[in-house]
Amino acid sequence: MQELIQQVVSGLASGAIFASLALALVLIYNAMGLVNFAQGEMAMFATFIAFTLIIHGLNYWIAFPLTLGIAFVAGVVIERVVIRPVERAPVLTLVIVTLGLATLVNGAAGFLFGYVPRSFPSPFSVQTINILGAFASFQDLSVIAVCGIVLIAIYLLLQRTTIGLTLRAAAHHPEPSRLLGVRVSWMLALGWGLASAVGAVSGIMVAPILLLEPNMMQTIIIYAFAAAVLGGIESPLGAVVGGLIVGLTVNLAGAYVPFVGGDLELAVALAIIVGVLVIKPNGLFGRAAVRNV
Amino acid sequence: MYRQVQQRLRSAPPRYWLVLVLVLFFIGLPTVITSFQASEWTLVLIFAIVIMGLNILVGYSGQISLGHGALMALGAYTSAILIHRYQVDYLVTIPIAGLVTGLIGFLLGIPALRLSALYLALATFALAVVTPSLIKRPAGLTGGVQGILISSPDPPQFAKDAFASVTSGPPMSSDQWMYYLSLISALVLFWLAWNLIRRRPGRALRAIRDREVAAASYGINIAGYKTMAFGISAFYAGIGGSLYGLAIGFVSPDTFPLALSFQLLVGTVVGGLASIAGPLIGGVFTFWLPIVSSQFVGSQSWIPAQIASVFQKAGPAVTYGALLIVVMIFAPNGVAGLIRTGYMRLQARLRGAGDRGTGQMPPDPQTV
Amino acid sequence: MAKTGPRLGVLAAFLVTLAACGGSPGTTTATDVGVTSNSILLGNTIAQSGPAAAYGTIANAENAYFTYINNTKGGVNGRKINFKILDDAYTPANAVLLTKQLVEQDQVFAMFSGLGTQTQTSVRDYLNTKKVPQLFVATGATTFMADYSQHNWTIGWQPPYQGEGRIYAKDVLANHKAAKIGVLYQNDDYGQDYLKGLKDGLGSNSSMIVDAESYDVTAAVPTLAAQLSKLKGKGVDTLFIFATPAFTIGALAIRTALSWTPLTYLNSVSNPAVYMKIAASKGAKLDGVISVAYIKDPTDPQWANDDGMKLYKTVIANCSTCKVDDGFNIYGVAVAYTMVDVLTKAGSNMTRENVRNIAVSQLDETNNPFLLPGVVVKTTSNDHFPITQEQVITWSANGWHLQGSLTDERGTIS
Repeated sequence: MQELIQQVVSGLASGAIFASLALALVLIYNAMGLVNFAQGEMAMFATFIAFTLIIHGLNYWIAFPLTLGIAFVAGVVIERVVIRPVERAPVLTLVIVTLGLATLVNGAAGFLFGYVPRSFPSPFSVQTINILGAFASFQDLSVIAVCGIVLIAIYLLLQRTTIGLTLRAAAHHPEPSRLLGVRVSWMLALGWGLASAVGAVSGIMVAPILLLEPNMMQTIIIYAFAAAVLGGIESPLGAVVGGLIVGLTVNLAGAYVPFVGGDLELAVALAIIVGVLVIKPNGLFGRAAVRNV
Repeated sequence: MYRQVQQRLRSAPPRYWLVLVLVLFFIGLPTVITSFQASEWTLVLIFAIVIMGLNILVGYSGQISLGHGALMALGAYTSAILIHRYQVDYLVTIPIAGLVTGLIGFLLGIPALRLSALYLALATFALAVVTPSLIKRPAGLTGGVQGILISSPDPPQFAKDAFASVTSGPPMSSDQWMYYLSLISALVLFWLAWNLIRRRPGRALRAIRDREVAAASYGINIAGYKTMAFGISAFYAGIGGSLYGLAIGFVSPDTFPLALSFQLLVGTVVGGLASIAGPLIGGVFTFWLPIVSSQFVGSQSWIPAQIASVFQKAGPAVTYGALLIVVMIFAPNGVAGLIRTGYMRLQARLRGAGDRGTGQMPPDPQTV
Repeated sequence: MAKTGPRLGVLAAFLVTLAACGGSPGTTTATDVGVTSNSILLGNTIAQSGPAAAYGTIANAENAYFTYINNTKGGVNGRKINFKILDDAYTPANAVLLTKQLVEQDQVFAMFSGLGTQTQTSVRDYLNTKKVPQLFVATGATTFMADYSQHNWTIGWQPPYQGEGRIYAKDVLANHKAAKIGVLYQNDDYGQDYLKGLKDGLGSNSSMIVDAESYDVTAAVPTLAAQLSKLKGKGVDTLFIFATPAFTIGALAIRTALSWTPLTYLNSVSNPAVYMKIAASKGAKLDGVISVAYIKDPTDPQWANDDGMKLYKTVIANCSTCKVDDGFNIYGVAVAYTMVDVLTKAGSNMTRENVRNIAVSQLDETNNPFLLPGVVVKTTSNDHFPITQEQVITWSANGWHLQGSLTDERGTIS
């Protein structure tokens, strides 16, 4: 029993990591109806920026917001330079461009920072606390807490502010929005900036648990995809719930389903993605999408 | 009769001659290059085959697959297992690998129907990432991480002799035989693709790609054609994968990493979507960039040493990424598209201003 | 893809020359492909990009040693060593093509220290058919030493993983007779080889292993909690981690986070002090962790005034990208030392055949300054495991400490 509780707690802790990156994916989807394949790599790169700032003597609490700022600007710039020219191109073009961005950023990080894994500092203690006989570290809990904060922030932004409303309107109804005087194109850039900053939060929170190296997010992004798809790709709440479920499923399947074992954990993510898309494409919290013709 | 042939030859459009020259070039190539260089070109041809298949799927039917490396793995393992475990002749295994992979691809095409392009990209991307660990699982069948060694096929005696007498050198090597096997496969498959695309299925696919609802209203069986495109594309990947395994002589989980799927996509896009010439250019590119480019850059004296060293250290990933983005922004129809546009402009200029209005065809609309 | 057709002609000329002098062994001028009067060309493929790029520094460190030999000793017997390194990104497909290039186009004399089990397996048959020496491959997969009879142009260098597993078994049987053993291992030949060695070493006591859980290299590190919780739940009190560095660090930290303090053994690949320190910074409690070593640890203060370590630091200065503290680099320098040793022994009889013979059956290197004192690099006509000795080490006070004496597994693995 105690072991089962531990599996659940550990699964939720992993799930929070997936959820944090899935939130950034959701944000981009809300801003332009796109899945950004480079989201994980951008988060990794932002984490390296934070790392560089910190080892050059900057206080963690200064480096953190500073990195978010840099990530935001970088997101906007990337949108302007790379996405803008293909903004109205078909989905396939956008997918290929973000894939190109993913490899580019990954390769650049390898070149600039090397492939030797590094230890990323965390302000949270590595001490563990006892929950019903299971253990979780404060770092794990901090990821869950930060996920919650980011979730609320995104919710407030999208639902309760004019910018958020405009953002969503520009994404889903670009033409009417334009007629109403919304600068649709800049709204997309804003969306990229915000998603990039949320990704940076994710990277900085999970880097102490993972290891900071260029491939840090390579498998995490697959789980994040699964989380976002499961939750319904436009729902921030769905991303968090989806992330926790994916983490839980992977841990429990790894521990108790002999066929999966430790070998096919990533295949569980694949199964979730395909299964959800085929059976319930809108996920748990997504609204039914009207098929655009 | 003779006259007729002469007439036909005279009226053949220039691109027919281009194709003929190209075919002759490829047939003659191994006689002037080393056996090792022939093995390099073998990979170019194999990639061209797979990219042709990917092109049918992406360029013509408008669906997307980021997981073609997984289908290549399926083809390669089908051949390897048949050869290794059941002592089937390697030549027989090539079409079997194509058919098995084609069938699986067709089946994959059914759930793919339900997915939008974006979700299909997601699902196939995840498939590409998971492939190596999926291969490891049935270790009894696939050899697990130890992989399966395939001894390099020996050329038949007649080919050995013929090659020796043409080059007045040593008999044909195994690498050169693989080259010709790949060349024959490529010629057949390109010819098939060309026929498919010019005829009804090709037109139907393009109609679906560009105007799905309109196509449906004309009574085109959309689901049928889309899954068929998946099946055909997988068939090409299966043949390519089978040849890939034979050419490398070893299949293992790490032979089919995510990077392979990615290379194929880059080749498809850079070569040019919805074109027959594109895959060949893409094949050269897919092979050249990861394996030769950094050596090439290092060996060129005109490139400043510092730039060369940055290029080498940054590795192929940076170049790949940058190229994908640049090509999608500036030349969405790839190198083949650039050449076609350039050729048409040139032709229009040669014809003079008079019929410029009628003679100039607009380039294909952006196909992706 | 420039045309280099004439090279075939050069090759033919070489072969003719070879045939001409091949009949008189013991002549003073025997050479072979890739050898000139003042140079020897060696080839290598290794991952310098992609997921395993961290290993890439090994080849650079090897090159640093060759540069050192070329600059201070004028090379080996008047021949400078040229070392061509190509990036195979850890994929067999690239390794095959690049190895063909090195052999057929660049005309290397021998392949040296290629890295990776799958990549080196993929070229083993090719190199053996071509009779090109595949020397000192950088993997401890037992097959590269044990399958000598089918592949007699191939030889490994580092202690086989199975031998290391057996040493752990001995340590457990000697000091922890009542242990309830749990194993976390990577589900490939690397992890399986270690597990087999441990089981074989325990012999009739192999039921001491309560459970063995595997993970895949594609797993996300935090999900190792699933396997570790399971092992903990089964009452394991002695944990073996047979993993690559990143997963080892993760497993050590998760183990502590689970408030679990089993006696822990680590395999040698993942024990460099730099990684241990990362694990410590993630909160892992490391005191008492056990592993083995056969190379001197550059971060260990006990070697501060050691001649071998001083030489290592001089050598590694020739490589601008190499970090002195990185355990991979001293590995590279140490294996390059053996390579130079072999070439020196070959003397003027610089043929592939002779160099291979020395490497696979006549090695007897007792003075490799980068290995722990007493470690011998040795092969004979019926023993093709160059290094079989390792010494148990334990971690305390932020560093590894040698325990007892060397354990030798020579002759136990076949």
